[in-house]
Order: sequence, then C-alpha cells, then structure tokens
Amino acid sequence: MSFTTILQQCLTGISLGGAYALIAIGYTLVYGILRLINFAHGDIFMMAGYFMIFSMASMPWFIAVPVTLAVTVALGVSIERVAYRPLRQAPRMSVMISAIGVSYLLQNLATYLFTALPKGYPEIPFLKRIFQIGGLSASFVTFLTPVLTLVLVCLLIFLINHTKIGMAMRAVSKDYETASLMGIKINKTISFTFAVGSLLAGIGSILYFTDRMTVFPFSGSLPGLKCFVAAVFGGIGSIPGAVIGGFILGLGETALVAMGQSTFSDAFTFILLIVMLLIRPTGLFGEKTTDKV
Amino acid sequence: MSDIKNVLHMQDITMQFGGVVAVNGLTLDVNEHEIVALIGPNGAGKTTAFNCVTGIYQPTYGSVSFQGEVILADTPQGKTRRLYGGDVTPDPSLKPVHKTPDQVTKLGIARTFQNIRLFGNLTVFDNVLIAKHMRAKQNVFSAVLRLNHAEEKRMREESLELLHMQGLAHLKNEIASSLPYGLQRRLEIARALATGPDLLLLDEPAAGMNPQETQELTDFIRQIRDDYHLTIFMIEHHMDLVMQISDRIYVLDFGKLIAQGMPEEIQNNEKVIEAYLGVSDDADD
Amino acid sequence: MKNITKNKNNLYSLLALAVLLGFLAFLQSDTAGYSYQISILERSAIYGVVAVSMNLLTGFTGLFSLGQAGFMAIGAYIVAIFTIPVSARASVYYVSGISPVIANIQLPVPVALLLGGLAAAGLAALIGIPVLRLKSDYLAIATLGFSEIIRAFIAAPMFDTITNGSYGLKNIPGFSSIFTVFGLAALCIALMVLLINSSYGRTFKAIREDEIAAQSMGLNLFRYKELSFVISSFFTGIGGGMLAMFMRSIDSKTFQVSLTYDILLIVVLGGIGSVTGSILGSFLVTSGRELLRFFDEPLMVAGIQIPLFRSGFRMVIFSILLMVVVLFYRRGIMGDHEFSWDGLFRLIRGVPDRLKRLKKTPLKAGKGGRK
Repeated sequence: MSFTTILQQCLTGISLGGAYALIAIGYTLVYGILRLINFAHGDIFMMAGYFMIFSMASMPWFIAVPVTLAVTVALGVSIERVAYRPLRQAPRMSVMISAIGVSYLLQNLATYLFTALPKGYPEIPFLKRIFQIGGLSASFVTFLTPVLTLVLVCLLIFLINHTKIGMAMRAVSKDYETASLMGIKINKTISFTFAVGSLLAGIGSILYFTDRMTVFPFSGSLPGLKCFVAAVFGGIGSIPGAVIGGFILGLGETALVAMGQSTFSDAFTFILLIVMLLIRPTGLFGEKTTDKV
Repeated sequence: MSDIKNVLHMQDITMQFGGVVAVNGLTLDVNEHEIVALIGPNGAGKTTAFNCVTGIYQPTYGSVSFQGEVILADTPQGKTRRLYGGDVTPDPSLKPVHKTPDQVTKLGIARTFQNIRLFGNLTVFDNVLIAKHMRAKQNVFSAVLRLNHAEEKRMREESLELLHMQGLAHLKNEIASSLPYGLQRRLEIARALATGPDLLLLDEPAAGMNPQETQELTDFIRQIRDDYHLTIFMIEHHMDLVMQISDRIYVLDFGKLIAQGMPEEIQNNEKVIEAYLGVSDDADD
Repeated sequence: MKNITKNKNNLYSLLALAVLLGFLAFLQSDTAGYSYQISILERSAIYGVVAVSMNLLTGFTGLFSLGQAGFMAIGAYIVAIFTIPVSARASVYYVSGISPVIANIQLPVPVALLLGGLAAAGLAALIGIPVLRLKSDYLAIATLGFSEIIRAFIAAPMFDTITNGSYGLKNIPGFSSIFTVFGLAALCIALMVLLINSSYGRTFKAIREDEIAAQSMGLNLFRYKELSFVISSFFTGIGGGMLAMFMRSIDSKTFQVSLTYDILLIVVLGGIGSVTGSILGSFLVTSGRELLRFFDEPLMVAGIQIPLFRSGFRMVIFSILLMVVVLFYRRGIMGDHEFSWDGLFRLIRGVPDRLKRLKKTPLKAGKGGRK
C-alpha cells in the first residue's frame, strides 16, 4: 500500500469517525443523565435520513437542513416524553425495554411508510464537490465532517461548562433527586439533553448519509450500536471520550475494510468493546464510582 | 490472661475516597464472646469501617484479621500512594490480601445493614433459606433433579427452627418487605444468623426503634450472643443501649479513634463529650 | 379442606392436559389438512422454550441479556450441520463444497440438539467472564454485539464450507410429529422450572433482589450469574436447534436482532418473572402475528380501499402493542405470578367488578422499588 493510499484511507476513517462521534455524544449525554442506553438513538439518526430525503424533495438545501434538524429534535424530545418520562420511577430494566420498543417501532414504522428498499439520499451539491490536495482526492464532506465535529464538540463543552442549563445538566447527572431539591427543573433539563443529542444525531446523519448515498429502515441500528460502543470505549458520560471513541472506531473499521476484511468490520467494534471492558471497565475517561452501602 | 481469644483485629485501617480520608489509621480488637460497640457522630466513618471488615471496600492501607487469619490487607501503590492522606505511614511491604464479601461470610462473619437490605419480594422463609445455601452440600444437577432432598429438608428444618427462635415462624409466608420495620430488622438478624457466623456485625440495629423496642433489642442481642456463642461488634447511636450492653466501646470521630474503654470511661471522656456536643466552633450532630 | 382443593386442582390440570393431548392427536391425524395450525403451535412451543430461558435470566436473576438470537443461531447451525443426511449434503453445499472435517459425520437428532445446547452454553461461559462482572446494562449491549458477531462469522466467506455462507442450510430433517416438539419443549421447560424452584433458583432470586445482601449471604455473585447465564444459553441453544428442525432450512438472516426482540416481546407481554406467563405469551404472540396477517393485505370496504392496510402495517401494530404493554401494563399478563386454577377462577369471578373499576380509574401497574 502506498503512502497516499494510507493517507486516503485515514481521511475516510476520520470522516466516518466524525459522524460516529456526533452520534456517540447523544448516547453519552443520555446515559450520563438517565443511566439509560437509549436504543432508539440510532433510529432517530435513521429517521433524520428520511426527513432529509423528503424535505430536499420540495425545498432548497439551506432550508431543508434546518427543517430536518428541527423535526429530528422534535422526534427525540417527544420520544423521551412519551416513552421514558412515564417510567421515571420504574426499574431501570423497564426503561431499557421501553427504549428497545421505541427502536423496534421506529424501524417498523419506517418499513411501513417508506418500504424496506433503500432510498436514494439527496445530494447537496457543494458537499459532494471533489477536492484535490496533493495526491489525495475526496469530496468536501470528507474534509468538513471532522472539522465540524470538533467545532460542535467545543461548543457543546462550552455549553455544559459555562451556561446555566449546562450546569443543570451536570447537576442532574450527578444526583437527580438532590438536583430537583435545589430547584432544577429535571424534566426540562432532560428534554434539553435529548434535544442536544438528537440535534447532533441529525447533523451526523446528514454527514454520514451524504457519503453513503442510501437510507433504509435498518440503516440506523448497526451504526447506533457501534456508537454506543464508542461511548463506552471513551468512558460513558465523558464527551471527549465519546469523540475519541468515535474516531478510533471509524479509523479501525476503515482499516479493516482496506485490508479486505470487511466481513469483520462490524465484529471489530464488539471485540473492541469486550477488550475495553476487560482492561478498563470505566472506559478511557470514565470515572470510577463506588456504590454506597 | 491467656484465655482471651482474639476474634477480630483491625490494624491501621485507612480508607480514602479521592481526597477524603473516611477512616484514618483505625486499630481495634474484638475478643471472643464480647459485645463491642463502635460509636461516633454521623459521618465519622463507622459504616466505612464495617465495609472494610466485610470486604465490600478494600482498605487503602492496613490489615484486618479474623481468628488470626489475614482477610484484608493493602498498601497504597503508585497514584494512590502519592495521594495518600492518612496519618499512619504505610508499610510498603504489606502484602495485599483481598477476600470478597462472600468469602468473608464463609469464614464466619455475618452482618446486617444500616438501611435494611432484605430480599424484599421474597418470603420471610426464603430470606432465611437463601442464607443456608452457602453451606449446603449439593450441586446444580442434584438440586434440579431433586437428588438433594435430604439436604434441602435439613435446610428447611433448620431455617424454620431459626424462625421459631426469633419469633418469626408465624410470618414465614409473608413477603419480607411487607413486615413492619422492627420485624424487618429482626429478620435481617435471623438471616445473618442462618449463615452460621462466629462474629456478627450489626450496623445500627436500633435505628428507628422506640424505647420499648430498643429495650427488647438489648435483651435479644444478649440472648443470641449466648445461644449461638457469638461475638458481636456493632455500630449504634442509642446511648442507653450501647452503655447497657457493651463490654467495650470504641469512639470514632472524623475517621479517627478518639477514645476506647469501658462504658463508664467513655461516658466521662472529655474528648467524646466534645465530639458529640461540639464544644469547639463546629457543631456536629 | 385444603387437600380437597389440591386434589381438585390436580384433576383440573390432568383434564387440561388430556384436552391438550387430544387436540394435538386430532391435529396429528391430518397433518396435511391442519399444517397451518400445526406450524403455528410448533413455533409457539419452540419460542416458549427460548422465552422461558430468557425469563430465567431476566426475570429470575435480574440480568438483561439480548443475545438470544446469537445463541439460537449456534444451536441451529450445529443441529443443521450434524443432522443433514450425508447423502443430501452435496446438493446443500453445491456452491463451495463441504469441509472434509464434517462431511461424513452425522449424529442422531437428540445428540445434535444436546451438542447445540452445550456449544451455546460454552460460548456463554466465555462471554460471561468479562461481562458479568460489570453492571447489567453492559451485558445487554455486549450480548447484542456478540449475537451480531456470531452472525458475521456465520456469513463470512471463509466458513462457507461449514455454514454454506449466505446460501444457508437446507434439507434439515424435521420433526416426526407435533408430539415430539411439545414433548421436547415440555422437558426443557420442566427442567428450568425445577431449577427455579431449587436452592439455586432461590440464590438467583436473591441476586435479583439485592446483590450486596446476596453477597453477604456468602453467595459468589459472579459464580451464580455465570451459572444462570450458561444454563439460560444452553436452553436457548436447544431452542435454536429445534427452530432449525422446524424450519427445515436456515440462513444467517434468520437470526437477526429482531428475533431477540420477538422473544423479548413474549417475555414482557407474559410477565417478567413468570414461567407460565412466558409460555402463554409465546402462544399469544405467535398466533396473534398470524391472525393479524390481514393488516398486511389491502382492505376494501364498500369498494373503497382503506389506505392504512398494506405490507408492514402488522409489524407497526405489533410494536405499538409492545409499547402499550411496557408503558401501561408493565407487569404483563401474569406479573411475576404463576398460573394457578384458583387464580383463574378468582379472575373469572372478578371480571364484572374489574370492568367497573376500569371505567372509573385508568389501570396503574406499579411494582417499583426494585433497582
């Protein structure tokens, strides 16, 4: 393999990793606050793909993108309202089952509404323009994804550390009951968290599908699982952890595909998970917690 | 006095969570057939000390021995070494030993919990029966195929007998979480006894009890000590209970031992009074 | 008095069993005519085994695993590989040929089923070592991941000579009669019930209730979680083997995550922590799915086509049903109780009363308290 091919593959990996990172943040945020693996998150990402197809059919891209993002956020927030909020006092297993139920529902709904056949993803012209740098050639979106990811992450970290709602999020994730005693509106904070997570999933979806070119009802389930693994890998609850986890996963997977082992590129994710759980169960940046007895 | 047999020995136990030293260089002894109390204001580190005995926490530094055998020992290494904030200088040559809570129970230490931890959705009888599993001679095949019926019958009879002695037999088919608070505490003690311990650790057995119930509990603790040849080590806040029942008392404040001795000595100890009443500027419960 | 009721209940059970056997014999007498009904019932019985084994883990030990499809795949492929008649193998592996290692080994069905179960159990033991030491959410995601890895390996080109890759395996010998399926399923479920009611079953429940208290009763958490996980996977593997024999042909797509979700739906609907609930759930869900088939057909009312009815609608209804159960009837049909005749009679007598109450206050299922 020549140096240029390796660089080219790295670029593809980083770009894929950027999209993964954006989705992984959604998992990490929700897990941090509700201690819930939001199984539906990958399907929100898939639905965002369909929203984009339909809004692009009748609108120019600069309107279609905000519309898609707004609808995705609305979907994420309403899922929390309908399926998770009534179970706030329920055992954790019930909430997890509810999350699986939502994921199942979204997949079946998508199959019903849009058929199981892959649908073509609309092209935003400037994203697909091919750039040449030295021997490397890639579409604009490949360069844009990692940059945009890093910018968004910086904004998010700023939001969490320096704003009032960010402080509320941190408080709720530390201790939910005490936070409510301090006058923090728990439900509002949780809704906001879901909104942020869905927004990032929506952006990730545009970047990811522009590269993939088709959407089908199950195109969210595997990336969803992978991104959860990325979040666990980086240390659940940690945003930089999720980002690094996303990039590692993207690079590793692209490397396997480049080596001709594409069958195992999916298995790679889960092997990574098991190895991490064996060596360092809290992930790269996770904090160790001790249960009070 | 060669006939005094040591049951539990804690040496320099230090437990640090991040920057907080919850227990700081605690050394104490509990001898056979004694009732020893560990007292101190809220947050003094009493329950943490208990958790260090039963293996739920691994101490940052120090060692615990039970009937002469070291069950837990550790010394800080690497990062924990640098952050170590205990008063006792750690001996780096101490060999780490870490028995898990179930191994500790098997050796003969049983405990109850400050915030009762029964198997809430199971019956009173099942709660006790589960404790008998540990010492039963059976394997999963014999249990499934019911080849262990003799063993099972023995477990059931022993559990029932225990419930009779604790006056809980008439409630054996009740769901544990539906019992009144006092009976739940009593069931938790019965369950601990069912593991066949030599040393019983009671974490605030009288919490939430009225004076009459507390008096009954005092008699009850003495009785089980004699009936089962136990050594008892307990954490308690009810001073009348502690003063009546204890052979010796240790007092903990901010993780450190501030006094030890007979009940009368403790009652008149300046430091103890200070810790409880807060003579200095910071009043603490 | 107590004895009389007990005898009476035993009599009812015997009667019910006789009716069931009679019904099965009736179906068996004309397998061609009732093939549709027979296939629904057989599938229900097989799903029942898998659902009870999932319940053993989820409802009785408090561990949430989502690896059912993967463990079923192992059982199914082992049964298929070792029972397809040697003479038929050339036609099955016509694309890439068969590995010489397995070409001439043919095992009797019971041995193959047992082997399938043992292989699933062995793999579960390996997975359990890293995962069961952690919190149970990780178990869910890791088992789900493993299930996908297993599928990736089955479909991988390098194992084509064993698994026949994406072409799948055909000509798997089927069950001789519906009694074999029901007998086998009953045996598996009976063994699991015996386990649940044994001393070991009690330790599982103790771990479900409170891990720290269970530990202080001298129970090695890891050992008992691993035991429950391995046993559950063993029966899941056998269930998978039975599914292979029932379907006669399998491929890696049979064992997608949605199969796990089907089983989960059964367990949740029947009641987490109830064996009879899982059995009831598997018959209801499997036959319900067939009965609701008309949702997928275009429906004409008075010459106008009702727009909602088309392919895929059935699954939407199904997933909405799951959500309704999860959100409003969290305890499912049976909660964590088991079926009893007294319970049934009480229920029948209480129906009018219950209907009245239902109208006044919305049903609130609350169990709470368990973490």
